[in-house]
Order: sequence, then structure tokens, then C-alpha cells
Amino acid sequence: MPGFTLPKNARVPGTKIASLAAAVFAVPLILTGCTDNTKAPDTAGGAIDVVSSNSECKVSATSVPSGNLTFSVKNEGTEVTEFYLLAADGLRILGEVENIGPGLSRNLVVTAPAGTYTTACKPGMEGDGIRAALEVTPSGNQRPADADFQHLLDTATTQYASYVKDQGEQLLTGTEQFAAAFAAGDAATARGLYAATRQHWERIEPVAESFGDLDPQLDAREADLEPGQEWTGWHRAEKDLFPPAGYTALTAAERSAIADRMVADTKDLVERTRTLEISADMLGNGAKELLDEVATGKVTGEEEIWSHTDLWDFQANVDGARIAFENLKPALRQKDAALAASLDEKFAALQAELATHAQGAACTSYDKLTPEQVQRLASLVDALGEPLSRLTAAVVL
Amino acid sequence: MTGCPFSGRAPEASEPATGPASAQAPLDPENGERPTAGARLSRRGLFGIAGLGGAAAGLAAGFLGHDAVAASAAPPAADSPVVPFHGDHQAGITAPAQDRLHMAAFDVTTTKREELIQLLKDWTRAAEALAEGRPAGATGAVDGPYGAPPEDTGEALDLNAGKLTLTFGFGAGLFEKDGVPRFGLDGRRPEALIDLPHFPGDDLDPARSGGDLVVQACADDPQVAVHAIRNLARIGFGKVRVRWSQLGFGRTSSTTRAQQTPRNLFGFKDGTNNLKVEDDQLLDQHVWATAGRPEDAWLAGGSYLVARRIRMHIETWDRTSLGEQEGLIGRTKGTGAPLSGGEEFTEPDFTRQGKGGKPLIPLDSHMRMAHPSQNSGVRMLRRGYNYTDGSDGVGHLDAGLFFIAFVTDPRSHYVPMQMAMAKGDTLAVEYLKHTGSGLFAVPGGVKPGGFIGDGLFA
Repeated sequence: MPGFTLPKNARVPGTKIASLAAAVFAVPLILTGCTDNTKAPDTAGGAIDVVSSNSECKVSATSVPSGNLTFSVKNEGTEVTEFYLLAADGLRILGEVENIGPGLSRNLVVTAPAGTYTTACKPGMEGDGIRAALEVTPSGNQRPADADFQHLLDTATTQYASYVKDQGEQLLTGTEQFAAAFAAGDAATARGLYAATRQHWERIEPVAESFGDLDPQLDAREADLEPGQEWTGWHRAEKDLFPPAGYTALTAAERSAIADRMVADTKDLVERTRTLEISADMLGNGAKELLDEVATGKVTGEEEIWSHTDLWDFQANVDGARIAFENLKPALRQKDAALAASLDEKFAALQAELATHAQGAACTSYDKLTPEQVQRLASLVDALGEPLSRLTAAVVL
Repeated sequence: MTGCPFSGRAPEASEPATGPASAQAPLDPENGERPTAGARLSRRGLFGIAGLGGAAAGLAAGFLGHDAVAASAAPPAADSPVVPFHGDHQAGITAPAQDRLHMAAFDVTTTKREELIQLLKDWTRAAEALAEGRPAGATGAVDGPYGAPPEDTGEALDLNAGKLTLTFGFGAGLFEKDGVPRFGLDGRRPEALIDLPHFPGDDLDPARSGGDLVVQACADDPQVAVHAIRNLARIGFGKVRVRWSQLGFGRTSSTTRAQQTPRNLFGFKDGTNNLKVEDDQLLDQHVWATAGRPEDAWLAGGSYLVARRIRMHIETWDRTSLGEQEGLIGRTKGTGAPLSGGEEFTEPDFTRQGKGGKPLIPLDSHMRMAHPSQNSGVRMLRRGYNYTDGSDGVGHLDAGLFFIAFVTDPRSHYVPMQMAMAKGDTLAVEYLKHTGSGLFAVPGGVKPGGFIGDGLFA
């Protein structure tokens, strides 16, 4: 498993590749003449105030200029409320804010081209809500029609779902091989498989972590345990394969139990990812979380304290983040082409630095890095992490 | 009032002395300042003095530690910069949380009981003076012999007392080291002064943890707090050495209802639900230690101080959406209202449901996990401070919360809650890392003429 090349598993099924290619070709045409407007100013009059009570939905304007609309929604009722901006058909949702408790305020920011819309407050979160018409007048801050945009998002989530499935299957295959070697006491083989197999986990870590029970069973570090908690999973095996001084090795029976549990838990994980519903914000947030993982765990060498294979995890986290970004990129280019370009550049810069730590198919051991090298990596992670954190809002708003 | 940053009147020259119990001039009730002797330069400049006798006695009184009589004769006004040192409880627990912190933990290096006792006496005398805005030692920073180093280090000259409180605590290491009792304190270690367990995710630095003695210096002026710790450390040379010290630049808790709730480095109001000094009965129940065994009588009016240095991953936090931030905390960022609705001090409604039947205050939110209703009703008096300590070496600020809590018993009032939060509070798991830790038994207040923890050595 090459650690520092583009992951082969970035491949997506042929039909999906075709639809991606079509989307990429379509984008420049749609964007022509529009890129200067990607930072449309806020509504001239500032936020549109919405006051939701148990029986009323007061919207401070009935007509606003097109562009970025900010609705400042205050719940003055006694029920939990929601606010929606709907298309003229009263069905398609352009934006919503949910779960506004009594007395609380929340903003909805949505980009709306000229047209007729429907606003709706939904006190009690039931029924059709209290509706009114909202006219959005042409202001020059026009956006391309977004029918294609939804298609781009759908393509992105389909592609990412394939990626998660593919990584999960490779993780299972690798885990079975690793577990067999580990249980059999073939430490050399197990050590050789350890980092490369974990990369499949690390690439889809936010998805894996969303299963709150499986994550600690498979990936808990010793420091994460509470007194008396049973320790299983990858890092339990790591300590046995890369033992610190004074460590007492596991018995064959203990190794078998750990190995069997890892395989069973991984099967469970793969099974659950098959039915996981993936939305566009999960891609954006997942990419951000992967970079967070790098920034707080991998770049500091805290993840793999015995094997020092942190850079393998680092590379895999970056792979996973980049795949999510690449999947969203056609949609992002429509909304914020400058952000897409900036992310391209910063992913490339980080990858170039990581490439200097490749040793054939392997990654340099973390304990061989100089403090200066760690600092360079960390600063590239931050340089990428900051704009990456804007990805979700850019495509989902 | 040249040299005095606070407005207030200078004491009248004709003001009568308070009597034979203390010939020292009383505190000015408005500014808490004390006129000082003759040519002696006080921390806040030169003042007139009632007479030569008063001057001489004043020096003696300061040295002998009879100041409290004067203090009780003229209790400081509410806006006075002086917080009384003496009392049933040590100062610095229920006193309105000051803006700045300097806390230091010490290893005791002497093995002699009498040297330890003398140190505690010396610290008491110094603390009495510092709390009143006077310099350490009889001759202060500039009134000693020209050929000798000054007794006080001097950086607090011209500053008032700044509401300085000094709170002292005893770590387990004072009672025993490696299983061997120290200082004749065999069997005296309180049962509640446990060794804290490992909490999930702990990454404790031994150089930032533990300590045989601790001093919490809180003041509204950081220079005053640092001056206090520095002078106590200096007095201790040869008997103690500084193990770790921590500056806190901004309070993160309120201890009175008059104070506005401050914000932590996540930008959220912190300690909305903190115990307040007005909660008399709750303080008895949750803060003041109970002397369970006869040999623990010195703990009456005392407490236990839990200190945790909590690094916050502020860089990744700042990349998190407002919606996620509020969900992790369980309150709104603007007003601090619980997500179930209302205003900051509205009681949270943990059962109130939003979209899809999910609770408005998420199950893994910090506020829910920390709430008394989730923790067998236990409360803490929190007195933490925001800190930044330079960089972490990889381009981030080493910043976070220096958590301080006073509790009646850490076994019931800290360990179970922290164990649950270290596992289940997503905020703690993703964005916090505990890097330092200390637990100290805080003796009851010091009586005039007594010294810190004197009951333990009686």
C-alpha cells in the first residue's frame, strides 16, 4: 500500500466517473461572467427580521434585492420553532433553521436569485407552518440557476458513499490478514501490515467515529481508557507488536481474542456504513474533522506512540479530506471558485511536503522527524485547515 | 493622593488610634489603605501619620501579625481593594473572583518539621501584609539598610492591594512520600486527599502536576498576584522550591451574583451555574470540608482545591460552525441561554425535544454532562482562569483554561463527574486535553496570631 501516492481507491465506479466528467465540463460555462459575484454583498437593508410566535410569523420585508439573504429569526413563542425559505412551489426548501428554543434567535443565510419565494415559520415543528410570500427583486447579484447545483451535490455524495464503501471493504480485507498474522504470532508480518491497513480506517475516520461504540473498541489509545475498561483494537495490538521497555507480551490466547474482536468489529462497521445516509455537509465537515485529527493527534505524534507510524495516518487523513473536497469541488466552484482554487493549492503544498517523507512505499517514522520538519508540516496543516473549514458553509448555504 | 491610582481620601492626621490592642492606624474604609510609618514608603506612597508612637507600634504590629485586630475594627468598604486575610475560611474561595491569577505549587525540600512550621508562620505574616497592600518584611522594598538587599522585591510599590487573596493548600506529598510519613504527620493525611485516578485522555506533564504545597494568589492586578508569589517563593528558599506555577489572565467564573458571567477561550460564557457566595447552605453542603475524624479538625472551614490545566484546541475549535459549537456546549454563544430556550439563567429543560425527537440540549453536550442533575446533585465552586503560555512548538498558542474548583470532597464532587465527562462529553474528547493536575487539602481560615494550617501541627 503506497503511503504517499494518490490513493488508488480514489477510483469511483465508471458511471460515476462519467457523471463527474460531465459536471466538470459544465462548470466553466455556468460560471462565465459570474465569478466576480461570488462574494455578493448582503441585502442592502441588512438582516431580514423574522419574529416567530405561536400564531404569527412576522417578516420585516415583503420584497428584498437578490443576493445573500440573512434572516434573523427570533422565537417569541412558547414552542420550539423552525423557519424555512421555500421556492415558489412551496415545496422545495432553499434553506431552513431548526430547533429554535423559546426566546432564542438564530440566523439563516441563503443565496437567492430573483423570484417569488415562500417564507414559513413552524411553531411546534408541525404542519405546513405560517406562510407568506417574499419577492426577491433583481439586483445584479444574480446567481446561476441552481437546478444543476443540486445535481452536483448529489453526484458528490454518491461518489463519496462509494469511496467509504470501498475503503471499508479494503479495511476489512486488511484487518483479516493482519489479525491472522497477529493471532499466529507472526509479528513481522503483522508489523508490516499494521500501518498500511490502518490507512483505510484513517481515510474514513469521521464516518467510523460516528459509530460511538465501535470507535473506542477499534481505535482507543491506552491514554483514552478509564480504570477497569477493557482495551481492544488496533492500539492494543500496536503495543504488543512494538513493545516498550519492560512490557509483558500478550499470550497466544490473548492475541487471538484481540484479533477475533477486531475482525468482528470491523465487519460490523462495514455493514453499518452500507446503510449510512451521506449528505453534502457530511463531506465538508468530514474533511474538516480529518484535518483536525491531523492537527491535534498526528502532527504531534500522539496517535501511534509505540509504532511511530503517525505519518501513515497523517497521509490517510489528508487523502480522505482531499477525496471529500474533490467530490464537492464541482459544486464549490459554482459557489466560491476562489475557495476551490485555494484548497487545490494548499492540498498540493501539504502533499508535496509529505512526499519528502516518503521512503518507497513507506512513510518516515515519526520519531525520526526533526522539530523543524514537524513545524513545517503543522503549519501546512493549519494553512489548509482554515480555508477547509469554510467548505461546508460554501456549498451547503 | 499622589501615587495612588484609586480615588479616595487620605486619612485624617487627627484620626484617633484604635486602642492598645493595635496601635496601628486603621484601614481607610474607603480605599483600604493604611497610613504608614514616618519616612517609610508604603506600597502606595507617603502618608501622614498619627504620631511617632503609632509609627513605631505600626512597624511592630506588622511584624508580629496583629493586623487583623485593626482590620476587624474597621472592615473594608465594599469597593475597598483589601480583602481581609483572616476569617473562618481562607480568603480567595468565596471572595468575588478577581480578574487575575498566579498559582504556584511547591515541593518541600526540608525534612525538618520545625522548619516547615516556621515557613508556614513566615508565609502567614507575609500574606497578612501583602493582603493589605503592605510590602513583605519589616522594612519593605526601600526602607531597609542601604547595604542590604531589600526585604520586599519592590514591583508592587505604588500599587494598591488589588483585592489580593492568598489561599494555601496541602498536597498528599506533604503527608507522605513513597509511603513514608513526613514531618510527623503519620496518619494525618485526610482520606479525601486521594491520588486522583487517570481520566481518559489525560496527558499530564509531571512538571505541571502535584506539589506538596500550593498557593493561589488572585488579584485584580496581575503584578500584585505575581509579586505575592514571588515574595513567598523567596521566603521559602532552602525549605521549598517552586514545582510549577501558572498565570491566569482572565477569570472564567463568577462567585457572586453581582458579577457578570465571563467567557472562556471558546468564546462562551463559563460558570453560569456556578455556586455563588450567596448560596450559604449550598456552600456548606458542597464546598466546605467536613472534619470526619477527630484528627481532621484542622480541615473545619476548609475545602479541597482541584487544579487542572486544560489545554484547549482553540485552532480547530475556531474552524467549527456556530451551530456545532452551540451543540457541543448546550448553550447559545451570544446570551448563554440553554438551547431549550430562555435567557442565561433560565433553568435548562433537558427533556425538551426538537426535530426528529432529539433533545434540544444534546445528550453529549458539555452543559448537560456537567449539570448537577446528571451528577447526583453535586455542585462545585469553580474559580478558573483563562491562560496562554506561549506556543506549543508547532505553531499554535498553548492556551486554555486553568480549572480550579473548591469542593467538600473530591471523591464525590470531582472524580465521578470528570470520569463521565472525559468519556462522554464530546467537547472534552475532541477539543480539550488535561496537561496538569493537582489536588490539595485547604485548611480552614487563619485566626489572628495563628498560622496557616496550625491545627495540623498542634
